[in-house]
Amino acid sequence: MIVYDKVSKWYGSFQVLTECSTQVRRGEVVVICGPSGSGKSTLIKCANGLEPFQAGEITVDGISVGAPGTNLPKLRSRIGMVFQHFELFPHLSIMANLTIAQVKVLGRRPDEAAEKGLQLLDRVGLRALADKHPGQLSGGQQQRVAIARALAMDPICMLFDEPTSALDPEMINEVLDVMVELAREGMTMMCVSHEMGFARKVAHRVIFMDQGRIVEDAPTEEFFGAPRSERAQQFLSKILRH
Amino acid sequence: MGYAWNWSVLLSATPSGETTFLGWLLAGLQWTLGLSLAAWLVALIIGTLFGVLRTVPNRWLRGVATTYVEIFRNVPLLVQLFIWYFVLPELLPSTWGSAIKQSDPLMQQFIAAWLCLFCFTGARVCEQVRGGIESLPGGQRNAALALGLTLPQTYRQVLLPMAFRIIVPPLTSEFLNIFKNSAVASTIGLIELSRQAQQLVDYTAQPYEAFIAVTLLYALINVVVMLAMRWVEATTRFPGFVGGR
Repeated sequence: MIVYDKVSKWYGSFQVLTECSTQVRRGEVVVICGPSGSGKSTLIKCANGLEPFQAGEITVDGISVGAPGTNLPKLRSRIGMVFQHFELFPHLSIMANLTIAQVKVLGRRPDEAAEKGLQLLDRVGLRALADKHPGQLSGGQQQRVAIARALAMDPICMLFDEPTSALDPEMINEVLDVMVELAREGMTMMCVSHEMGFARKVAHRVIFMDQGRIVEDAPTEEFFGAPRSERAQQFLSKILRH
Repeated sequence: MGYAWNWSVLLSATPSGETTFLGWLLAGLQWTLGLSLAAWLVALIIGTLFGVLRTVPNRWLRGVATTYVEIFRNVPLLVQLFIWYFVLPELLPSTWGSAIKQSDPLMQQFIAAWLCLFCFTGARVCEQVRGGIESLPGGQRNAALALGLTLPQTYRQVLLPMAFRIIVPPLTSEFLNIFKNSAVASTIGLIELSRQAQQLVDYTAQPYEAFIAVTLLYALINVVVMLAMRWVEATTRFPGFVGGR
């Protein structure tokens, strides 16, 4: 579904990604972890072309992201993305947040889009908030709406960029619950996350990055059982200590 | 102070007899309003356009917008007006130049002043629009693009609606400024409000009455603008926004 082939990226002369190769198969859930600044977020933002890359190739569902002729808006409309800071559109109601891209991008009728929006709000347990504005919701609620907004486009895969790291601790689980359910339904997911409990529960594979390289790319049990690289062992011992 | 106040002078007939001196002031007010509003409308449009261009990914488009801003906000308004009015007709091909010079002088003055005001104010609006867009979290643009919106849709649906709400206060100042700046048109002979005041002084030798009356008329314009912009601010507010309910 998503294939990275020797992807490299530079900011000026500073290399942020070095020959990253991996792939996410249909229905697979992959969690990416690593210390801050290791290039995790950059790696997944390359998958829908939000970050350009200078070398290598990424294909999503067979379509090359970096090729000059690619219709990026069209490709992006098929890839759901959830951000660390939710990024709901503050001037629009929750319902309008859910319908705007359905109408403007997919050309759905407003009533069709609204019906889909309500279904998804139901699913994340927030139907009652349809007429509110994002500023009136808690962080956890906003992130659930953001997931619903991405799902409203009927995406073929979902990218999560640290979806719980801006949340208060008691709100993390309500968001993870939605993600777990999504994973169990067979959604193809790429998640940058430090929630190792979540990774253990649903991830098929874990990728560990450090200094712009994919250091480890292993099935979940293997990764937590016996990480091969010393750097990953250190990282895990630090975040799993408590 | 040995000044002989005479407010009734405003209601006395002008030398030509067809109106009162107050009538002159009101005629000047119409030119001030017409010139300023026509210029403001265009300034908003090109200010928005160039403000957007200053924030797009394409380097060349950004360069075009930056050049526009730097030219029009760094040359004094009065100098710009003289260039539009006196210099431009000389720079055009001579047939065009003489066609301009033979046209109605009032139209020449009005169009030169209009071009001058909207280019100058447009550059300032541009910077405010840019500031508004840049004050939004960068993730907003990414979120809109990630949903599949094109770059123009992203601006139209997501970035500009927020940016404009943020810049209502500086935009209000700019709107007020354009009425005050329109007084430069008096230097090329357009009989707008401040020019009428000078004319009143010439004819009546009652400078205090003339300038107090004009001051009040400018103040009246500004009160109306402020009320209008306050209304705009209130009606575009949404729940959860700064100052919202």
